[in-house]
Amino acid sequence: MRLRAETRREGVLLLLIVLVLFGFSLVIENYLGARLFNRVSASVAILAILAIGQTLVVLTRNIDLSVGSIVGFTAYFVGQQLSLDNDIHPLVAVLMAVGLGAALGACNGVLVAWCRVPAIIVTLGTLALYRTILVEYSDAQTILTVNLPQWLIDLPRLNVVSYERLHLRAVVAVMLAVAVLFQLLLRYSSFGRRLYAIGSSPEAAHSAGFPTRRLVFAAFVLCGALAGLTGFLFLARFGNITVVAGLGLELKSVAAVVVGGINIFGGSGSVLGAVLGASLIDLLENSLIRSLQVSEFLRDALLGILILAAVAIDSVFMKRRRDP
Amino acid sequence: MNLPAGREPESESRPAPAPEPAPMQASRTSAAARLTSALGARLRSWEGFLAALLLCIIVMNALTSPSFLSVENQINLFALSIEKVIVVLIMTFVILNAEIDLSVASMMGLSACALGWLVQHGVPMPAALVACLLIGMLGGAFNGFWITVVRLPSLVVTLAMLIGFRGLARVLVEDRSIKAFPEWFEALGQQPLVGPFPLSLILFFALLVLAVIVLRYSGFGRQVYVIGINLEVARYSGIDVARVKMLLFTTSGFLSALAGVLFAARLGTVRGDMGLGFELDIITIVLLGGVSIFGGAGSVYGVILSILIVLYLRNGMSLSNITGHLQTGVIGIILILSAMIPNVRGFLARVARPGLFR
Repeated sequence: MRLRAETRREGVLLLLIVLVLFGFSLVIENYLGARLFNRVSASVAILAILAIGQTLVVLTRNIDLSVGSIVGFTAYFVGQQLSLDNDIHPLVAVLMAVGLGAALGACNGVLVAWCRVPAIIVTLGTLALYRTILVEYSDAQTILTVNLPQWLIDLPRLNVVSYERLHLRAVVAVMLAVAVLFQLLLRYSSFGRRLYAIGSSPEAAHSAGFPTRRLVFAAFVLCGALAGLTGFLFLARFGNITVVAGLGLELKSVAAVVVGGINIFGGSGSVLGAVLGASLIDLLENSLIRSLQVSEFLRDALLGILILAAVAIDSVFMKRRRDP
Repeated sequence: MNLPAGREPESESRPAPAPEPAPMQASRTSAAARLTSALGARLRSWEGFLAALLLCIIVMNALTSPSFLSVENQINLFALSIEKVIVVLIMTFVILNAEIDLSVASMMGLSACALGWLVQHGVPMPAALVACLLIGMLGGAFNGFWITVVRLPSLVVTLAMLIGFRGLARVLVEDRSIKAFPEWFEALGQQPLVGPFPLSLILFFALLVLAVIVLRYSGFGRQVYVIGINLEVARYSGIDVARVKMLLFTTSGFLSALAGVLFAARLGTVRGDMGLGFELDIITIVLLGGVSIFGGAGSVYGVILSILIVLYLRNGMSLSNITGHLQTGVIGIILILSAMIPNVRGFLARVARPGLFR
């Protein structure tokens, strides 16, 4: 039976994750267990949502390097509003975060789609710009957990379903919902298919009469909105938010997307892949911290190599090599 | 990178004037057309635009602060960013080649930390210096291997090594800072060597001259351009593409390591987070200089102007007490605006035409 290329790639990623789990279980005692699942899944949720947004943009042959700054900005802004007024309804807070993220993403989208500035230049600029606005706006103040409403502080430990000591956190459920929604959107909706078409060949998509500008714009807005949602979850998870919150997340989200097998030149990849990529990266990070043989400082060095290895294995399996 | 809607700073073609439509519309269109054609004529050459911008900044800085034009300030403002501008030179080559190297700042940190670690462990200074530069070349060649042999996109490879090299730097220094350098080494980084010029500045200008010669007048420079313009053509005309790319990435690692060593000498101490985030500044300068992110277009002169613009702008803002973060924001805006200007004419024409959101 011949499997679809995407299915094969997702299978390879799943295999890699199992291998990593197996490898670490030999090294670390009591590694496999409910605690690992609870901890890693909660941490994956944040990166995965960001990676899903990044996927939408990367599929159209663009890139969004400003997501880290958007996460920081929304986390700070929503945190500030909630500390000033503890009675804001949770739903309003979430909408605030998503709306703010979408607005920032829309700025990127307008510049890329209508001003025709390459995405890497736009988002490199807004990466600096959004962070600057945050620094100026915050006046060097920090959001403190003690000022946040109780429901937000409890959110990371809120469970949807529990089985013995295995918990499905609300945060993880949100991530799964987002993943399913966007996987369906990309696989079956005309909007999703058109994003692939633009990434495969912008000229062809344009000739076919697709509103390419509006589609690229929409991808950036959705990416911003998901980054805003990530910002909200980031706030819930860490509580204390400084102006450097989310710094470097842009590179991690790109890494997750790339490991997840989404072609950096657009046109191929899936949301499931992005989620698996984020899981693999986060699992590696978490496990490397716990394994006593590996110092905390060696973690990043190994992570870099492992990302390379994952991508190389994927490229060998997919035989999708780039021309040199 | 291979993104749509390429910017072509030097070949901004001007379409024939549109036939005059209805009167009401005509006044709007022609106003926009007049404005934009005046702009277009000035901006025909990207370097011309950058030079004008630079002149504005120099005049503004000189007016707000009399000390701006003093020799000390000029040397000082160069010395403060010398590590970045050295790497800008090689990054120009890499981007012209339609590749990118995101790992430069991490390599800078790695070589600086390696130097500190080696000296702390009793390795004599000259041997430690050579070892650091070797680490740079090896790291660059490692990038090059994945890009040319395994054929992965350079964005992916160097993104991974951005994390990897930084991790190694942190392995060596952990969360301490090392201050173990002999006095002569710190003096070399901080004090003038010849006349008022410190060593790093002399090295930079030597490398700058070398970069201009190689890029403009050597066969290798032409090969870099050709590969950037069209890879297939380059391969069919017998250029050893893999060799050129390998050489570029190895040199990129080497110069980043050199910049890291100079950074260590200037600060006199090394830490694991040295140079964190510099890669974005470096790429910003190259792109502002008119080098196309798709490779093949751009000149080293534009990059020189853009180095001066960014340094003078930062210096001017520092002299008027504008903090580092706001400076970064301003540079970000300028980057976006500069990329937009070649498209402004087309954009105005589209805005002037009814039915923008058809």
